[in-house]
Amino acid sequence: MQTLKLVAVSAGLSAPSSTRLLADRLLQAARYRLAEQEYAVDVQVVELRDLALDIAKNFVTGFPSEKLQDAIDAVTGADGVVAVTPVFTASYSGLFKSFFDLIDPAALTGTPVLVGATGGTARHSLVLDHALRPLFAYLRAHVVPTAVYAASEDWGSGGDEYTDGLPSRITRAGHELADAVAARPSRSAEEDEIVPFEKQLADLRLD
Amino acid sequence: MQFGIFTVGDVTTDPTTGRTPTEHERIKDTVAIALKAEEVGLDVFATGEHHNPPFVPSSPTTLLGHIAARTENLILSTSTTLITTNDPVKIAEDYATLQHLAEGRVDLMMGRGNTGPVYPWFGQDIRQGIPLAIENYALLHKLWREDVVDWEGKFRTALQGFTSTPRPLDGVPPFVWHGSIRSPEIAEQAAYYGDGFFANHIFWPKQHTEKMVRLYRQRYAHYGHGTPEQAIVGLGGQIFMRKNSQDAVREFRPYFDNAPVYGHGPSLEEFSRETPLTVGSPQEVIERTLSFRDYVGDYQRQLFLVDHAGLPLKTVLEQLDILGEEVVPVLRKEFANLRPAGVPATAPLHPAVRTKEA
Repeated sequence: MQTLKLVAVSAGLSAPSSTRLLADRLLQAARYRLAEQEYAVDVQVVELRDLALDIAKNFVTGFPSEKLQDAIDAVTGADGVVAVTPVFTASYSGLFKSFFDLIDPAALTGTPVLVGATGGTARHSLVLDHALRPLFAYLRAHVVPTAVYAASEDWGSGGDEYTDGLPSRITRAGHELADAVAARPSRSAEEDEIVPFEKQLADLRLD
Repeated sequence: MQFGIFTVGDVTTDPTTGRTPTEHERIKDTVAIALKAEEVGLDVFATGEHHNPPFVPSSPTTLLGHIAARTENLILSTSTTLITTNDPVKIAEDYATLQHLAEGRVDLMMGRGNTGPVYPWFGQDIRQGIPLAIENYALLHKLWREDVVDWEGKFRTALQGFTSTPRPLDGVPPFVWHGSIRSPEIAEQAAYYGDGFFANHIFWPKQHTEKMVRLYRQRYAHYGHGTPEQAIVGLGGQIFMRKNSQDAVREFRPYFDNAPVYGHGPSLEEFSRETPLTVGSPQEVIERTLSFRDYVGDYQRQLFLVDHAGLPLKTVLEQLDILGEEVVPVLRKEFANLRPAGVPATAPLHPAVRTKEA
Protein backbone atom coordinates (compact mmCIF):
# COMPACT_ATOMS: atom_id res chain seq x y z
CA MET A 1 0.00 0.00 0.00
CA GLN A 2 1.27 3.48 -0.78
CA THR A 3 2.43 5.72 2.06
CA LEU A 4 0.12 8.65 2.68
CA LYS A 5 1.64 12.00 3.41
CA LEU A 6 0.17 14.47 5.88
CA VAL A 7 1.71 17.91 6.11
CA ALA A 8 0.94 20.55 8.72
CA VAL A 9 1.61 24.24 8.15
CA SER A 10 2.10 26.11 11.39
CA ALA A 11 2.30 29.89 11.45
CA GLY A 12 3.08 30.18 15.16
CA LEU A 13 5.87 32.62 15.91
CA SER A 14 7.16 31.59 19.31
CA ALA A 15 8.98 28.34 19.97
CA PRO A 16 7.26 26.39 21.33
CA SER A 17 3.96 27.86 20.21
CA SER A 18 0.40 26.84 20.97
CA THR A 19 -0.20 27.00 17.21
CA ARG A 20 2.42 24.32 16.64
CA LEU A 21 1.00 22.34 19.55
CA LEU A 22 -2.44 22.38 17.96
CA ALA A 23 -0.98 21.45 14.56
CA ASP A 24 0.84 18.48 16.10
CA ARG A 25 -2.27 17.27 17.90
CA LEU A 26 -4.39 17.52 14.76
CA LEU A 27 -1.78 15.66 12.71
CA GLN A 28 -1.58 12.98 15.35
CA ALA A 29 -5.35 12.50 15.46
CA ALA A 30 -5.49 12.05 11.68
CA ARG A 31 -2.49 9.78 11.67
CA TYR A 32 -3.86 7.44 14.35
CA ARG A 33 -7.10 7.12 12.47
CA LEU A 34 -5.28 6.21 9.26
CA ALA A 35 -2.94 3.86 11.11
CA GLU A 36 -5.96 2.03 12.52
CA GLN A 37 -6.99 1.39 8.93
CA GLU A 38 -3.48 0.09 8.31
CA TYR A 39 -2.29 2.92 6.13
CA ALA A 40 1.36 3.82 6.28
CA VAL A 41 1.55 7.53 7.06
CA ASP A 42 4.37 10.07 6.82
CA VAL A 43 3.92 13.34 8.65
CA GLN A 44 5.80 16.59 8.25
CA VAL A 45 5.41 20.01 9.85
CA VAL A 46 6.28 23.17 7.95
CA GLU A 47 7.12 25.93 10.44
CA LEU A 48 6.58 29.23 8.64
CA ARG A 49 8.71 31.08 11.17
CA ASP A 50 11.78 29.34 9.74
CA LEU A 51 10.76 30.48 6.26
CA ALA A 52 9.80 34.07 7.07
CA LEU A 53 12.76 35.67 5.25
CA ASP A 54 12.52 33.29 2.30
CA ILE A 55 8.84 34.14 1.94
CA ALA A 56 9.57 37.88 1.95
CA LYS A 57 12.37 37.43 -0.59
CA ASN A 58 10.08 35.44 -2.86
CA PHE A 59 7.78 38.45 -3.03
CA VAL A 60 10.70 40.65 -4.05
CA THR A 61 12.34 38.34 -6.61
CA GLY A 62 9.38 36.35 -7.88
CA PHE A 63 10.89 32.94 -7.20
CA PRO A 64 11.33 30.79 -4.08
CA SER A 65 14.61 29.77 -2.46
CA GLU A 66 15.36 26.06 -2.48
CA LYS A 67 14.26 25.74 1.14
CA LEU A 68 10.96 27.48 0.45
CA GLN A 69 10.42 25.46 -2.73
CA ASP A 70 10.83 22.28 -0.71
CA ALA A 71 8.18 23.47 1.74
CA ILE A 72 5.79 24.44 -1.06
CA ASP A 73 6.35 21.08 -2.76
CA ALA A 74 5.67 19.27 0.52
CA VAL A 75 2.35 21.06 0.98
CA THR A 76 1.17 20.80 -2.61
CA GLY A 77 2.26 17.16 -2.81
CA ALA A 78 0.55 16.16 0.44
CA ASP A 79 -2.40 13.80 0.59
CA GLY A 80 -3.83 15.89 3.43
CA VAL A 81 -2.95 19.27 4.90
CA VAL A 82 -3.39 20.70 8.39
CA ALA A 83 -3.20 24.51 8.34
CA VAL A 84 -3.01 26.35 11.65
CA THR A 85 -2.52 30.06 12.27
CA PRO A 86 -2.60 32.35 15.25
CA VAL A 87 -5.27 35.04 15.02
CA PHE A 88 -3.77 38.44 14.32
CA THR A 89 -5.96 41.52 13.99
CA ALA A 90 -9.16 39.60 13.42
CA SER A 91 -7.78 37.22 10.79
CA TYR A 92 -5.02 34.76 9.90
CA SER A 93 -1.51 36.11 10.37
CA GLY A 94 0.18 37.94 7.50
CA LEU A 95 2.88 35.28 7.38
CA PHE A 96 0.28 32.53 7.01
CA LYS A 97 -1.44 34.37 4.16
CA SER A 98 1.88 35.21 2.51
CA PHE A 99 2.85 31.56 2.38
CA PHE A 100 -0.39 30.56 0.71
CA ASP A 101 -0.07 33.55 -1.65
CA LEU A 102 3.01 31.80 -3.05
CA ILE A 103 1.20 28.58 -3.81
CA ASP A 104 -0.13 28.09 -7.31
CA PRO A 105 -3.91 28.63 -7.10
CA ALA A 106 -4.57 25.23 -8.70
CA ALA A 107 -2.02 23.23 -6.68
CA LEU A 108 -4.33 22.35 -3.79
CA THR A 109 -7.41 21.57 -5.85
CA GLY A 110 -9.24 18.71 -4.16
CA THR A 111 -6.69 18.33 -1.36
CA PRO A 112 -8.30 17.57 2.02
CA VAL A 113 -7.48 20.41 4.40
CA LEU A 114 -8.13 20.72 8.12
CA VAL A 115 -8.01 24.31 9.36
CA GLY A 116 -7.19 25.42 12.87
CA ALA A 117 -6.49 28.65 14.71
CA THR A 118 -5.26 29.76 18.09
CA GLY A 119 -5.88 32.92 20.06
CA GLY A 120 -5.99 34.47 23.46
CA THR A 121 -9.76 34.53 23.58
CA ALA A 122 -12.52 32.36 22.21
CA ARG A 123 -14.22 35.48 20.84
CA HIS A 124 -12.11 35.15 17.66
CA SER A 125 -13.18 31.61 16.86
CA LEU A 126 -15.28 32.52 13.82
CA VAL A 127 -12.04 33.49 12.07
CA LEU A 128 -12.04 29.86 10.97
CA ASP A 129 -15.22 30.33 9.02
CA HIS A 130 -14.84 33.96 8.01
CA ALA A 131 -11.18 33.92 6.96
CA LEU A 132 -9.68 30.45 6.64
CA ARG A 133 -12.51 28.68 4.85
CA PRO A 134 -12.84 31.30 2.11
CA LEU A 135 -9.08 31.21 1.54
CA PHE A 136 -9.13 27.45 0.98
CA ALA A 137 -12.39 27.64 -0.95
CA TYR A 138 -10.59 29.93 -3.39
CA LEU A 139 -7.83 27.33 -3.65
CA ARG A 140 -10.54 24.71 -4.32
CA ALA A 141 -9.29 22.61 -1.46
CA HIS A 142 -11.62 20.18 0.29
CA VAL A 143 -11.96 21.72 3.78
CA VAL A 144 -13.29 19.20 6.30
CA PRO A 145 -16.41 20.21 8.26
CA THR A 146 -14.83 20.48 11.70
CA ALA A 147 -12.34 23.28 12.18
CA VAL A 148 -10.57 23.62 15.51
CA TYR A 149 -10.08 26.81 17.44
CA ALA A 150 -7.98 26.70 20.57
CA ALA A 151 -8.19 29.67 22.92
CA SER A 152 -5.69 29.87 25.78
CA GLU A 153 -8.33 28.68 28.25
CA ASP A 154 -9.03 25.54 26.16
CA TRP A 155 -5.64 24.12 27.06
CA GLY A 156 -6.71 23.98 30.72
CA SER A 157 -10.36 23.10 30.70
CA GLY A 158 -12.78 20.45 29.53
CA GLY A 159 -15.89 21.10 27.55
CA ASP A 160 -19.08 22.57 28.89
CA GLU A 161 -22.73 21.84 28.31
CA TYR A 162 -22.60 23.59 24.91
CA THR A 163 -19.23 22.56 23.48
CA ASP A 164 -16.92 19.58 23.42
CA GLY A 165 -13.55 20.07 25.01
CA LEU A 166 -10.47 20.59 22.86
CA PRO A 167 -9.37 16.91 22.80
CA SER A 168 -12.66 15.66 21.44
CA ARG A 169 -12.82 18.44 18.85
CA ILE A 170 -9.27 17.58 17.77
CA THR A 171 -10.16 13.90 17.49
CA ARG A 172 -13.31 14.61 15.48
CA ALA A 173 -11.47 16.95 13.09
CA GLY A 174 -8.54 14.56 12.73
CA HIS A 175 -10.88 11.71 11.87
CA GLU A 176 -12.66 13.81 9.26
CA LEU A 177 -9.32 14.66 7.65
CA ALA A 178 -8.18 11.03 7.75
CA ASP A 179 -11.42 9.81 6.18
CA ALA A 180 -11.22 12.41 3.43
CA VAL A 181 -7.61 11.45 2.72
CA ALA A 182 -8.45 7.73 2.63
CA ALA A 183 -11.41 8.34 0.33
CA ARG A 184 -9.45 10.44 -2.12
CA PRO A 185 -8.45 8.69 -5.31
CA SER A 186 -4.68 8.40 -5.66
CA ARG A 187 -3.16 10.95 -7.95
CA SER A 188 -0.94 10.10 -10.87
CA ALA A 189 2.10 12.22 -11.57
CA GLU A 190 1.20 15.03 -13.92
CA GLU A 191 3.07 15.38 -17.16
CA ASP A 192 3.75 18.70 -18.82
CA GLU A 193 1.30 19.03 -21.63
CA ILE A 194 2.21 20.67 -24.88
CA VAL A 195 -0.58 22.17 -26.90
CA PRO A 196 0.54 21.51 -30.48
CA PHE A 197 0.91 24.71 -32.45
CA GLU A 198 -1.63 23.66 -35.07
CA LYS A 199 -4.15 23.45 -32.24
CA GLN A 200 -3.19 26.92 -30.99
CA LEU A 201 -3.70 28.28 -34.51
CA ALA A 202 -6.94 26.38 -34.95
CA ASP A 203 -8.26 27.87 -31.71
CA LEU A 204 -7.80 31.28 -33.34
CA ARG A 205 -9.20 29.91 -36.60
CA LEU A 206 -5.95 30.80 -38.33
CA ASP A 207 -5.17 27.34 -39.71
CA MET B 1 28.85 32.33 -31.60
CA GLN B 2 27.37 35.79 -31.22
CA PHE B 3 28.02 37.88 -28.13
CA GLY B 4 26.37 41.11 -27.26
CA ILE B 5 24.47 43.19 -24.76
CA PHE B 6 20.82 43.84 -24.10
CA THR B 7 19.43 46.86 -22.32
CA VAL B 8 16.23 47.46 -20.42
CA GLY B 9 16.65 51.22 -20.77
CA ASP B 10 15.77 52.04 -17.17
CA VAL B 11 16.36 55.50 -15.77
CA THR B 12 17.56 54.65 -12.27
CA THR B 13 19.12 56.81 -9.57
CA ASP B 14 22.75 55.97 -8.93
CA PRO B 15 22.51 54.83 -5.29
CA THR B 16 26.11 55.81 -4.59
CA THR B 17 25.68 59.44 -5.64
CA GLY B 18 21.92 59.97 -5.49
CA ARG B 19 22.04 61.33 -9.03
CA THR B 20 19.34 60.44 -11.56
CA PRO B 21 20.15 60.86 -15.25
CA THR B 22 17.68 62.75 -17.39
CA GLU B 23 15.84 60.85 -20.12
CA HIS B 24 17.96 62.74 -22.63
CA GLU B 25 21.15 61.58 -20.94
CA ARG B 26 19.92 58.00 -20.73
CA ILE B 27 19.09 57.91 -24.43
CA LYS B 28 22.45 59.43 -25.42
CA ASP B 29 24.23 57.05 -23.02
CA THR B 30 22.46 54.10 -24.62
CA VAL B 31 23.83 55.16 -28.00
CA ALA B 32 27.32 55.52 -26.51
CA ILE B 33 27.01 52.02 -25.04
CA ALA B 34 25.97 50.56 -28.41
CA LEU B 35 28.86 52.29 -30.20
CA LYS B 36 31.24 50.95 -27.56
CA ALA B 37 29.85 47.45 -28.08
CA GLU B 38 30.85 47.66 -31.74
CA GLU B 39 34.24 49.18 -30.90
CA VAL B 40 35.18 46.33 -28.52
CA GLY B 41 34.14 43.69 -31.05
CA LEU B 42 30.77 42.54 -29.75
CA ASP B 43 28.27 41.27 -32.32
CA VAL B 44 24.85 42.32 -31.07
CA PHE B 45 23.10 45.26 -29.41
CA ALA B 46 19.49 44.71 -28.35
CA THR B 47 17.08 47.16 -26.77
CA GLY B 48 13.96 46.51 -24.76
CA GLU B 49 10.64 48.19 -25.45
CA HIS B 50 8.69 49.93 -22.70
CA HIS B 51 5.84 52.38 -22.58
CA ASN B 52 6.03 53.69 -19.05
CA PRO B 53 8.50 55.53 -16.81
CA PRO B 54 11.22 55.01 -15.66
CA PHE B 55 12.08 53.46 -19.04
CA VAL B 56 13.11 55.38 -22.18
CA PRO B 57 12.99 52.91 -25.10
CA SER B 58 9.44 53.34 -26.37
CA SER B 59 10.61 53.74 -29.97
CA PRO B 60 13.15 51.00 -30.68
CA THR B 61 13.51 51.46 -34.43
CA THR B 62 14.26 55.18 -34.01
CA LEU B 63 17.05 54.28 -31.60
CA LEU B 64 18.30 51.34 -33.66
CA GLY B 65 18.11 53.36 -36.91
CA HIS B 66 20.38 56.00 -35.39
CA ILE B 67 22.81 53.35 -34.13
CA ALA B 68 22.73 51.65 -37.54
CA ALA B 69 23.90 54.88 -39.16
CA ARG B 70 26.85 55.09 -36.78
CA THR B 71 28.05 51.47 -36.87
CA GLU B 72 29.33 49.06 -39.48
CA ASN B 73 29.10 45.54 -38.11
CA LEU B 74 26.87 45.48 -35.07
CA ILE B 75 23.66 43.43 -35.39
CA LEU B 76 20.73 45.47 -34.10
CA SER B 77 18.09 43.58 -32.23
CA THR B 78 15.37 43.87 -29.61
CA SER B 79 14.73 42.37 -26.19
CA THR B 80 11.84 42.32 -26.66
CA THR B 81 9.46 43.73 -29.29
CA LEU B 82 5.93 43.66 -27.92
CA ILE B 83 4.10 41.37 -30.31
CA THR B 84 0.98 41.60 -28.14
CA THR B 85 0.32 45.33 -28.18
CA ASN B 86 2.07 46.60 -31.33
CA ASP B 87 0.25 46.41 -34.61
CA PRO B 88 2.00 43.63 -36.54
CA VAL B 89 1.64 45.73 -39.70
CA LYS B 90 3.67 48.52 -38.12
CA ILE B 91 6.29 46.04 -36.88
CA ALA B 92 6.57 44.67 -40.43
CA GLU B 93 7.04 48.16 -41.87
CA ASP B 94 9.36 49.55 -39.19
CA TYR B 95 11.75 46.62 -39.04
CA ALA B 96 11.86 46.12 -42.81
CA THR B 97 12.83 49.79 -43.12
CA LEU B 98 15.47 49.35 -40.44
CA GLN B 99 16.75 46.28 -42.25
CA HIS B 100 17.30 48.32 -45.44
CA LEU B 101 19.02 51.16 -43.59
CA ALA B 102 21.25 48.74 -41.66
CA GLU B 103 22.12 46.67 -44.75
CA GLY B 104 20.60 43.56 -43.23
CA ARG B 105 22.14 43.86 -39.76
CA VAL B 106 18.78 43.38 -38.04
CA ASP B 107 16.96 40.67 -36.17
CA LEU B 108 14.33 40.95 -33.48
CA MET B 109 12.90 39.16 -30.50
CA MET B 110 9.19 38.81 -29.88
CA GLY B 111 7.92 39.09 -26.32
CA ARG B 112 4.66 39.65 -24.53
CA GLY B 113 5.83 42.30 -22.07
CA ASN B 114 5.21 42.17 -18.35
CA THR B 115 3.60 45.53 -17.61
CA GLY B 116 -0.14 44.98 -17.11
CA PRO B 117 -1.47 48.44 -18.04
CA VAL B 118 0.35 48.46 -21.40
CA TYR B 119 -2.34 46.13 -22.76
CA PRO B 120 -5.29 48.44 -22.01
CA TRP B 121 -3.24 51.51 -23.00
CA PHE B 122 -2.91 49.95 -26.44
CA GLY B 123 -6.47 48.69 -26.55
CA GLN B 124 -5.76 45.04 -25.70
CA ASP B 125 -6.68 42.55 -22.98
CA ILE B 126 -3.83 41.01 -20.97
CA ARG B 127 -5.81 37.79 -20.53
CA GLN B 128 -5.41 37.33 -24.29
CA GLY B 129 -1.61 37.62 -24.06
CA ILE B 130 -0.76 34.26 -25.61
CA PRO B 131 -3.44 34.32 -28.34
CA LEU B 132 -2.34 37.88 -29.23
CA ALA B 133 1.28 36.75 -29.49
CA ILE B 134 0.26 33.86 -31.73
CA GLU B 135 -2.14 35.68 -34.03
CA ASN B 136 -0.08 38.86 -34.38
CA TYR B 137 3.05 36.93 -35.20
CA ALA B 138 1.21 34.76 -37.71
CA LEU B 139 0.26 37.98 -39.52
CA LEU B 140 3.76 39.48 -39.26
CA HIS B 141 5.25 36.26 -40.64
CA LYS B 142 2.90 36.42 -43.61
CA LEU B 143 3.41 40.14 -44.28
CA TRP B 144 7.15 39.58 -44.70
CA ARG B 145 6.74 36.54 -46.95
CA GLU B 146 3.74 37.27 -49.16
CA ASP B 147 3.62 40.35 -51.37
CA VAL B 148 -0.14 40.68 -51.25
CA VAL B 149 -1.91 39.67 -48.07
CA ASP B 150 -5.57 38.94 -47.37
CA TRP B 151 -6.06 38.56 -43.66
CA GLU B 152 -8.77 38.12 -41.11
CA GLY B 153 -8.11 37.48 -37.42
CA LYS B 154 -9.67 37.98 -34.04
CA PHE B 155 -7.74 40.97 -32.84
CA ARG B 156 -7.06 43.30 -35.74
CA THR B 157 -8.95 44.96 -38.55
CA ALA B 158 -9.01 42.69 -41.59
CA LEU B 159 -6.63 43.34 -44.48
CA GLN B 160 -7.58 42.78 -48.10
CA GLY B 161 -4.99 43.13 -50.85
CA PHE B 162 -2.47 44.67 -48.46
CA THR B 163 1.23 44.95 -49.29
CA SER B 164 3.61 45.80 -46.48
CA THR B 165 6.34 48.13 -47.71
CA PRO B 166 9.24 48.22 -47.98
CA ARG B 167 9.60 44.54 -48.77
CA PRO B 168 12.34 42.84 -46.69
CA LEU B 169 15.86 43.50 -47.95
CA ASP B 170 16.55 41.15 -50.91
CA GLY B 171 13.34 39.33 -50.02
CA VAL B 172 14.84 37.87 -46.83
CA PRO B 173 12.91 38.80 -43.67
CA PRO B 174 14.79 39.60 -40.46
CA PHE B 175 15.49 36.54 -38.32
CA VAL B 176 13.07 36.30 -35.41
CA TRP B 177 13.58 35.09 -31.85
CA HIS B 178 10.79 34.38 -29.42
CA GLY B 179 11.52 35.21 -25.81
CA SER B 180 9.76 33.75 -22.82
CA ILE B 181 10.66 32.88 -19.26
CA ARG B 182 8.26 30.01 -18.69
CA SER B 183 5.42 29.83 -21.21
CA PRO B 184 5.65 26.53 -23.12
CA GLU B 185 3.28 27.94 -25.78
CA ILE B 186 6.00 30.37 -26.85
CA ALA B 187 8.72 27.70 -27.03
CA GLU B 188 6.24 25.73 -29.16
CA GLN B 189 5.63 28.77 -31.39
CA ALA B 190 9.37 29.31 -31.95
CA ALA B 191 9.80 25.60 -32.75
CA TYR B 192 6.88 25.56 -35.19
CA TYR B 193 8.31 28.36 -37.32
CA GLY B 194 11.92 27.22 -36.97
CA ASP B 195 12.66 30.61 -35.39
CA GLY B 196 15.10 31.19 -32.53
CA PHE B 197 14.24 30.80 -28.88
CA PHE B 198 15.71 33.24 -26.39
CA ALA B 199 15.63 32.49 -22.68
CA ASN B 200 15.88 35.66 -20.65
CA HIS B 201 17.65 33.50 -18.07
CA ILE B 202 18.56 36.38 -15.72
CA PHE B 203 16.69 37.13 -12.50
CA TRP B 204 15.39 33.52 -12.42
CA PRO B 205 16.70 30.14 -11.34
CA LYS B 206 18.17 28.16 -14.22
CA GLN B 207 15.47 25.45 -14.01
CA HIS B 208 13.04 27.56 -16.06
CA THR B 209 15.61 28.08 -18.80
CA GLU B 210 16.62 24.44 -18.82
CA LYS B 211 13.05 23.22 -19.14
CA MET B 212 12.00 25.71 -21.82
CA VAL B 213 15.10 25.17 -23.98
CA ARG B 214 14.69 21.40 -23.77
CA LEU B 215 11.07 21.71 -24.88
CA TYR B 216 11.98 24.09 -27.71
CA ARG B 217 14.75 21.83 -29.03
CA GLN B 218 12.56 18.76 -28.94
CA ARG B 219 9.68 20.51 -30.77
CA TYR B 220 12.07 22.15 -33.28
CA ALA B 221 13.07 18.65 -34.35
CA HIS B 222 9.43 17.50 -34.27
CA TYR B 223 8.55 20.17 -36.85
CA GLY B 224 11.38 19.00 -39.09
CA HIS B 225 13.71 21.99 -38.96
CA GLY B 226 16.72 19.91 -37.96
CA THR B 227 18.01 17.96 -35.00
CA PRO B 228 17.33 19.23 -31.47
CA GLU B 229 21.00 20.23 -31.26
CA GLN B 230 20.61 22.45 -34.34
CA ALA B 231 17.84 24.61 -32.89
CA ILE B 232 18.78 28.27 -32.46
CA VAL B 233 19.09 29.21 -28.80
CA GLY B 234 19.99 32.51 -27.14
CA LEU B 235 20.54 33.24 -23.47
CA GLY B 236 20.73 36.29 -21.27
CA GLY B 237 23.37 36.85 -18.63
CA GLN B 238 24.05 39.48 -16.01
CA ILE B 239 27.60 40.41 -15.04
CA PHE B 240 29.78 42.92 -13.25
CA MET B 241 33.55 42.57 -13.40
CA ARG B 242 36.73 43.97 -11.95
CA LYS B 243 40.24 42.56 -12.09
CA ASN B 244 39.86 41.38 -8.51
CA SER B 245 36.71 39.58 -7.55
CA GLN B 246 36.40 41.40 -4.19
CA ASP B 247 36.59 44.80 -5.89
CA ALA B 248 33.76 43.81 -8.22
CA VAL B 249 31.57 42.72 -5.31
CA ARG B 250 32.34 45.83 -3.27
CA GLU B 251 31.61 48.19 -6.16
CA PHE B 252 28.47 46.44 -7.40
CA ARG B 253 26.83 45.74 -4.03
CA PRO B 254 25.09 49.14 -3.59
CA TYR B 255 23.69 48.87 -7.12
CA PHE B 256 22.53 45.34 -6.43
CA ASP B 257 21.00 46.18 -3.05
CA ASN B 258 18.94 49.04 -4.50
CA ALA B 259 18.20 47.66 -7.95
CA PRO B 260 14.70 47.64 -9.35
CA VAL B 261 13.41 44.06 -9.83
CA TYR B 262 15.34 42.30 -7.07
CA GLY B 263 16.74 44.99 -4.73
CA HIS B 264 15.91 45.08 -1.02
CA GLY B 265 15.46 41.32 -1.09
CA PRO B 266 18.08 38.57 -1.20
CA SER B 267 21.78 39.24 -0.72
CA LEU B 268 24.07 39.54 -3.72
CA GLU B 269 25.60 36.20 -2.72
CA GLU B 270 22.23 34.43 -2.57
CA PHE B 271 21.07 35.91 -5.87
CA SER B 272 24.38 34.95 -7.52
CA ARG B 273 23.85 31.40 -6.39
CA GLU B 274 20.20 31.20 -7.41
CA THR B 275 20.36 33.07 -10.75
CA PRO B 276 22.99 33.54 -13.50
CA LEU B 277 24.19 36.85 -11.95
CA THR B 278 27.99 36.79 -11.84
CA VAL B 279 29.91 39.49 -10.02
CA GLY B 280 33.63 38.87 -9.96
CA SER B 281 36.76 38.60 -12.07
CA PRO B 282 36.74 38.14 -15.86
CA GLN B 283 37.84 34.55 -15.28
CA GLU B 284 34.81 33.90 -13.06
CA VAL B 285 32.51 35.32 -15.74
CA ILE B 286 34.15 33.09 -18.35
CA GLU B 287 33.68 29.98 -16.22
CA ARG B 288 30.10 30.76 -15.27
CA THR B 289 29.12 31.54 -18.86
CA LEU B 290 30.67 28.32 -20.14
CA SER B 291 28.66 26.43 -17.53
CA PHE B 292 25.38 27.57 -19.16
CA ARG B 293 26.18 25.12 -21.93
CA ASP B 294 25.89 22.25 -19.42
CA TYR B 295 22.13 22.72 -19.19
CA VAL B 296 21.09 24.27 -22.52
CA GLY B 297 23.55 22.60 -24.88
CA ASP B 298 25.55 24.41 -27.56
CA TYR B 299 23.88 27.72 -28.21
CA GLN B 300 24.26 30.55 -30.67
CA ARG B 301 23.83 33.86 -28.89
CA GLN B 302 24.81 35.20 -25.49
CA LEU B 303 23.59 38.66 -24.48
CA PHE B 304 24.70 40.33 -21.25
CA LEU B 305 22.89 42.95 -19.21
CA VAL B 306 25.51 45.50 -18.17
CA ASP B 307 23.85 48.90 -17.94
CA HIS B 308 21.03 48.77 -15.43
CA ALA B 309 20.38 49.69 -11.78
CA GLY B 310 21.85 53.18 -12.08
CA LEU B 311 25.41 52.22 -13.06
CA PRO B 312 27.09 55.34 -14.49
CA LEU B 313 28.06 55.44 -18.17
CA LYS B 314 31.78 55.43 -17.41
CA THR B 315 31.46 52.18 -15.44
CA VAL B 316 29.35 50.55 -18.15
CA LEU B 317 31.92 51.45 -20.81
CA GLU B 318 34.66 49.94 -18.62
CA GLN B 319 32.59 46.76 -18.35
CA LEU B 320 32.40 46.63 -22.15
CA ASP B 321 36.17 47.06 -22.42
CA ILE B 322 36.73 44.11 -20.10
CA LEU B 323 34.08 42.08 -21.93
CA GLY B 324 35.60 42.80 -25.35
CA GLU B 325 39.23 42.42 -24.36
CA GLU B 326 39.32 39.64 -21.81
CA VAL B 327 36.08 37.69 -21.79
CA VAL B 328 34.52 37.35 -25.23
CA PRO B 329 37.70 36.30 -27.10
CA VAL B 330 38.15 33.42 -24.64
CA LEU B 331 34.48 32.46 -24.76
CA ARG B 332 34.48 32.49 -28.57
CA LYS B 333 37.39 30.09 -28.67
CA GLU B 334 36.15 27.80 -25.89
CA PHE B 335 32.58 27.54 -27.20
CA ALA B 336 33.86 26.93 -30.75
CA ASN B 337 36.10 24.10 -29.53
CA LEU B 338 33.21 22.45 -27.74
CA ARG B 339 30.64 22.82 -30.53
CA PRO B 340 30.17 19.68 -32.64
CA ALA B 341 30.17 19.92 -36.44
CA GLY B 342 26.68 20.47 -37.82
CA VAL B 343 25.54 22.75 -35.00
CA PRO B 344 25.22 26.34 -36.24
CA ALA B 345 27.73 28.75 -34.71
CA THR B 346 25.43 31.77 -34.97
CA ALA B 347 21.82 32.64 -35.56
CA PRO B 348 21.08 32.93 -39.29
CA LEU B 349 22.58 36.09 -40.80
CA HIS B 350 21.05 38.10 -43.62
CA PRO B 351 22.79 37.24 -46.94
CA ALA B 352 23.99 40.87 -47.20
CA VAL B 353 25.84 40.46 -43.89
CA ARG B 354 27.23 37.04 -44.83
CA THR B 355 28.58 38.42 -48.11
CA LYS B 356 30.31 41.24 -46.28
CA GLU B 357 31.85 38.86 -43.76
CA ALA B 358 33.09 36.53 -46.48
